[in-house]
Amino acid sequence: MPVITYRQALNDTLGEELARDPNVFLMGEEIGVFQGSYRVTEGLLAEFGPKRVVDTPIAEEGFVGVAIGAAMLGLRPVVEIMTINFILVAIDQIVNHASKIHYMFGGQVSVPLVIRTPSGGTGQLAATHSQSFENWFAYCPGLKVVAPATPYDAKGLLRAAIRDDDPVIFIESLALYDTKGEVPEDDDYVVPIGVAEVKRQGTDVTVVSYSRMTAVALQVAQRMEQEGISVEVVDLRSLRPLDRPTIIESVKKTNRAVVIAEDWYSYGVTAEIAATIQEEAFDYLDAPVQRVAGLEVPLPYAKELSAASKPNANSLIYAIRQVMRGTKRLR
Amino acid sequence: MAEIAEAAQPLLERATADELKHYYYQMLLLRRFEERAGEMYVKAKIGGYCHLNLGEEATIVGLMAALTPDDYIFTNYREHGYIIARGVPPGPVMAELFGKETGVSGGRGGSMHLFDRKTNFMGGYAIVGGQVPLAVGAAYALRYQGKPGVVIAQMGDGTTNIGAFYESLNLAKIWKCPVLFFIVNNGYGMGTSVEAGSSEPDLWKKGASFRVYGERVDGTDVLAVRDVVRRLRARAEAEGEPAIIDAVSFRFRGHSVIDADRYRDPEMVRRGRELYDPIRKFSTLLLDHGVVDDAWLKSVADRVEREVQEAIDFANNSPDPKFEDLYKYMYATPVPNTPTAEDAIRAVKINHGEF
Ligand SMILES: Cc1ncc(C[n+]2csc(CCOP(=O)(O)OP(=O)(O)O)c2C)c(N)n1
Ligand SMILES: [Mg+2]
Repeated sequence: MPVITYRQALNDTLGEELARDPNVFLMGEEIGVFQGSYRVTEGLLAEFGPKRVVDTPIAEEGFVGVAIGAAMLGLRPVVEIMTINFILVAIDQIVNHASKIHYMFGGQVSVPLVIRTPSGGTGQLAATHSQSFENWFAYCPGLKVVAPATPYDAKGLLRAAIRDDDPVIFIESLALYDTKGEVPEDDDYVVPIGVAEVKRQGTDVTVVSYSRMTAVALQVAQRMEQEGISVEVVDLRSLRPLDRPTIIESVKKTNRAVVIAEDWYSYGVTAEIAATIQEEAFDYLDAPVQRVAGLEVPLPYAKELSAASKPNANSLIYAIRQVMRGTKRLR
Repeated sequence: MAEIAEAAQPLLERATADELKHYYYQMLLLRRFEERAGEMYVKAKIGGYCHLNLGEEATIVGLMAALTPDDYIFTNYREHGYIIARGVPPGPVMAELFGKETGVSGGRGGSMHLFDRKTNFMGGYAIVGGQVPLAVGAAYALRYQGKPGVVIAQMGDGTTNIGAFYESLNLAKIWKCPVLFFIVNNGYGMGTSVEAGSSEPDLWKKGASFRVYGERVDGTDVLAVRDVVRRLRARAEAEGEPAIIDAVSFRFRGHSVIDADRYRDPEMVRRGRELYDPIRKFSTLLLDHGVVDDAWLKSVADRVEREVQEAIDFANNSPDPKFEDLYKYMYATPVPNTPTAEDAIRAVKINHGEF
């Protein structure tokens, strides 16, 4: 199977979907002439022209609303928001309109819209440019939120998102764009929205993660194996709908769980997963669920402070050790 | 036309020789500061995003020359030059870019988030348009408290396409806020030209439907910028009359240090840098009028070189912020159950694998 980058998987998929369906079009800042701030849309303007690849002014609230309205008439816009930090300018259109239109109007019209955007922080981007807001959208019924960790899933989920009739928030990650993985050619597979995947089998502890943190979890799992700890990694892939059964099944097997996400600790994604586990697998737990998340500060710029504020392999290893200290209960 | 009257005056009636020399020195300081900042970025002394003011020196120095200490300034993230021209020494500015405790924002903000309370430099803001309503709010406060001064809402050309700008124009006008919407029109927002992004490319006209007066000025002419700001500033302060200034210049490089500028024709950029170099233009003017000679220009270049090197040395020799201070600036009013220095130390240890 060919090995390609996460970025290439997205770029290929956008091109293929533009070719497949004339109602699909791309919209966003700097996606055409500039070739994409992170080069995800590179070459697509040249191939498909300005009707299908639309450069916008800096007007997120306006063009996201335009995309929603166009979707109501049957177009299938795929909007790029340069980074998730700027989506806040458009959040009213997404939360008050896109997420509600199908339900609130009695199912008469749907909003087949995709909003792609990278979340999280790398390289000292500082307080306003390093945030993770996927939980804000995952909180909102009516939206679907996906966050692939591998090139394979990026392709399969982007296809699914574009072909889905509901608004899908598609979470990418700056740190993942250059990562590589196997992606089959000439295979029109989709990864279903709302389904998690066990990315690695293990018996001692379940690590629940998504997006970039799944990459961290897989590395840590390998290291832990050398210490004799068998880690199972559940990659959520979708945050809404949330695949609770896959999480619970894994925890019932391993009896221990660590949840890791890059967003802030309080009220973040990890809180939702931990609550789910204690509700549905309390009797199976040998230790309290551990959570690993970002420190609760506007991310400082200074290099060391910045790095120390984001969860990493060390913080995950620490949490795994903590959870392993709990003794196995007899059932 | 006041504009034409201003420009028609003989040079030494518009400014004293000392003032003219000072403007030149300031512009050259900004130029070298930015060039060296670009180098420091390549050496990984500076991280994140870093946007330079190259080509905008006259716009910045002209603006600052017209302001008084009572005035307040809010800018976007391309703001190194503004804080320096406002009077903050280059050392603490460079230190901020290096992420040091001695930086103007204590190393917490970085290139895009500079701040200096003492000079009323109220911050660089990195979400496009975010600073514009804040500036109107500051002007509102001046009016409310009956204080002198005006507020500068600096922004780029591309920023005039975002909704917050229009809401701000309306609010400033109906509430008589002494604010100047100061558009640094460098022709591009990233790869988007003014013409591609704005249905009204004459940006100074964008206040028309709010009855906010606007004017265009050559942003590479330091005196022209100063004079238009002086004039509209006086009116804003006296009458609470907001205005737009559209200062046109040429962006010398890519959008940020890491932007390769592939979307602009290199020949066009080369010619632009030649035609619209505010510093070259000004030195020619000063030489032609006998205000300075080559030896003086050389001495200023040496002085600037030394000062920027001192700024780099200061930044290099400054301490990093301490881990225990991670939560130091979290809240202005302390309340229970917020994270402490001990929490910070514990969390950082885990992050560093020290457990
Ligand atoms: C709301 C928002 N959208 C997008 C961005 C990304 N972005 C940063 S600067 C910029 C271009 C701004 O252009 P302009 O206003 O002309 O200022 P210049 O960079 O030329 O000084 C864009 C799109 C952002 N920071 N905030
Ligand atoms: Mg611009």
